[in-house]
Amino acid sequence: MNEPTPLLAMRGICKRFGAVQANSAVDITVQPGDILGLLGENGAGKTTLMNILFGAYSPDEGRIEIDGRKVNIHNSAAAIAHGVGMVHQHFHLVPRHTVLENLLVGRKGKRGLLDADAARRRLAEIGRHFQLILDPDRLVGDLTIGEQQRLEIIKALFAGARILILDEPTAALTPQEADGLFDALRAMAAEGMGVIFISHKLQEVRAITSHVTVMRHGRVVANLENAPEVSRHRLAELMCGRELTPAVKPERQPGRVLLRLDRVSTREPGRTNLAEVSLDVRAGEILGIAGVSGNGQRELADIVAGMLPLAGGTLEIDGTPVPGPSARRMQALGVGRVPEDRMVTGLITSLPLSDSMVLPRIGAPPFSRRGVLDHGAIRAFVEDQIGRFGIKAAGPDVRAGTLSGGNLQKALLARELAWDPLVLLAAQPTRGLDVGAARFVHDLFLQLRDRDRAVLLISEDLEEIFTLADRVAVMYEGRIAGILDIGDADVRTVGLMMAGAGGTA
Amino acid sequence: MIRLRLERRDSSPVWLSLVLPVAAVLATLLLCSGLVAMAGANVWTAYSTLFLSALSSRVHLVETFVKAAPLIFTGLAVAVAFRAKFWNIGAEGQLLAGAMAAAFVGAREGLPAWTLVPLMILAGAAAGGLWACVPAILRTRYRVDDVVSSLLLNSVIFYAMTALLDGPWKDPLSGYPDSPDILMEAEFPILLQGTRLHLGVLLAVVAAPAIWWVMRRTTLGFMIRAVGENPVASRYAGIQPGAVILKAALLSGALAGLAGVGEVGGLHMQVMAGISPGYGYTGIVIAMLARLNPLGIIPAALFFAVTVTGAESMSRATGVPVFLAEVIQGTALLAMLVALLFNTYRIRIASHG
Repeated sequence: MNEPTPLLAMRGICKRFGAVQANSAVDITVQPGDILGLLGENGAGKTTLMNILFGAYSPDEGRIEIDGRKVNIHNSAAAIAHGVGMVHQHFHLVPRHTVLENLLVGRKGKRGLLDADAARRRLAEIGRHFQLILDPDRLVGDLTIGEQQRLEIIKALFAGARILILDEPTAALTPQEADGLFDALRAMAAEGMGVIFISHKLQEVRAITSHVTVMRHGRVVANLENAPEVSRHRLAELMCGRELTPAVKPERQPGRVLLRLDRVSTREPGRTNLAEVSLDVRAGEILGIAGVSGNGQRELADIVAGMLPLAGGTLEIDGTPVPGPSARRMQALGVGRVPEDRMVTGLITSLPLSDSMVLPRIGAPPFSRRGVLDHGAIRAFVEDQIGRFGIKAAGPDVRAGTLSGGNLQKALLARELAWDPLVLLAAQPTRGLDVGAARFVHDLFLQLRDRDRAVLLISEDLEEIFTLADRVAVMYEGRIAGILDIGDADVRTVGLMMAGAGGTA
Repeated sequence: MIRLRLERRDSSPVWLSLVLPVAAVLATLLLCSGLVAMAGANVWTAYSTLFLSALSSRVHLVETFVKAAPLIFTGLAVAVAFRAKFWNIGAEGQLLAGAMAAAFVGAREGLPAWTLVPLMILAGAAAGGLWACVPAILRTRYRVDDVVSSLLLNSVIFYAMTALLDGPWKDPLSGYPDSPDILMEAEFPILLQGTRLHLGVLLAVVAAPAIWWVMRRTTLGFMIRAVGENPVASRYAGIQPGAVILKAALLSGALAGLAGVGEVGGLHMQVMAGISPGYGYTGIVIAMLARLNPLGIIPAALFFAVTVTGAESMSRATGVPVFLAEVIQGTALLAMLVALLFNTYRIRIASHG
């Protein structure tokens, strides 16, 4: 083999956590100018591998080479010193500081003085070079998510990164922002840098990477050039190790109205106000809610969850008006809820999984009687649901926070669906989930539809709405901009309505 | 080169929660042995006197439990509150509220004699619980920081109490700023003749498993934990965090109040300004030592009581100042906090070439 010396090589990496072999004999190489796509389902070992590269864990076996030389990366400072930069899904920025101040955090200049002018010049230089322009004097708290991410990338470049790891970088970006990010990544590759791009979105991986490493169960299962003949379908099958057939949505005649909002308005300081929102969801129907984040979807979800008071209008569940909704009342009327922020409003990550799974029903039989818990019943229920939904968890007693995103979502669905809700409220139900887990969730929604339940599906993923929904309502600035039958809708029309360019309402 | 690094554990094994406190105590003794040696004493003799004297005779052993009783109650009080993330630094004041209520009821003439002790217990628990509701309501209604309000309310009730004791509630017989003695019938029965082992000690020892049961096996305990760990998810699940915090405050304050009841009914038979040498604050340390586990409160409180009772014997025997007890207690807390780190993290030895 007379390959050129790779910029980065990780060879034979093994890492075990208790009984779980998170990485076994993993090899990856990045040549200068490569954009490596790292693919795999949740729990396949991608994050562990990147944490090893960035110095958060030390491998049990294996070596890391940079420029052909073996290096020891025992913490993130060492990683940075070796030219490795990482942009996490959650940013590590100080909102009250300016862009420039955030760049200077943790950096020492000559004689302990911060050289702001030099930093300013460097920032402009990086901006020109990679099309990563940011005003140094803006407050980070005022930046959009896309701009904050840009700042994280600039921070890594600033620290001298030659190998940049991006973990799910497009999860919170608009399509336009994602395109901007890709331009910057291509510019870096052209400069001879190496980029490692972790994503679930296969079309992005197809679009941006030069080659792809697919991981499954802690091992590398494929290492391929990103050539036109490598289809998204093929990548998806490699990731989950089985054939995937597209979800089928049979024709159905919707039944009676199970959820009705009639001219619902809200007035809540600091939140988007709903203005006369009217919609119906019928039995056997999935209503998709599309819209750019922040146009009232969260408030709509909170209304249906009983967590936001109505300032006007009426709310009905299966014909029963709910004048003063509360979380408990909506539950009792048969509303199940799969929230957008699972870790905040859904589960209690620091407590055992079983606690989260019985949380909404803990005050009633079979889980408790006259204030005394029935641990046997709780355990039986949780074990049953773990089995039924194929939740990967060592048992009911593991901390919920140790589960992967897909398994947490399964746990939430298991908790809500156990009580056969009439109406399921689902917000961003597959965000952060891999192909297999997303498919599982989609199938569950279609089963609910088959069983004459109503699903209110709030999603920023238009592909998801077009796959599942019978009708799509577009929200814009707290209003319904229009409701279309999915057969009459196309991405362009919905996109224009999302941008506020009028509709058919 | 060998490097040590910390890695987060996915779950912590059960044996660890038993080993860690013991290791923390051993580390404490090791760390403090330097001080003992500096005081010119034989470390072994000093330590054996410190610990064995408190356990050497029946009388000493009973005294240790008598000293531990109020600490068990305040430790439980803090443990319950902290589980709900209700930062009750006010166990000291709630203890005083309980003590005053007990002394007041216990001195009432004209009640059937057999009702006095139960009424003192109920009144003391109620007074402590209600006093703890003040910071809880301030927090849930008006978002007043509970650390500050519960701490400052200690001073409020302490000075209100001394004002009463110096004024209308002063014992007319003695003329000291103490409350009148409770009636003979109100004195807590002694469980072991010739010792000071009173009913309050038994209550304290029984309270710990009872609170363990409440926290583990009841919906209230479940909700206290849920609200403490994630109030938002609890609210979305239909639980009212404010109501749960109020219940936790009532329970916490009642337990602290019982500490005061025991001191009045079992030891002092009256209230005086010095009735608590800071049991409420020590309760915080004990709760932390026990990692908020009600069953761990008893050994933690006993450890404190042993060092306090044993320190005098040690001082007499070896000349080491009694203040060593406080040094040991403080060091034990620090050692336990370090030990807690190992409960969440494991040390890995990574060798690099």
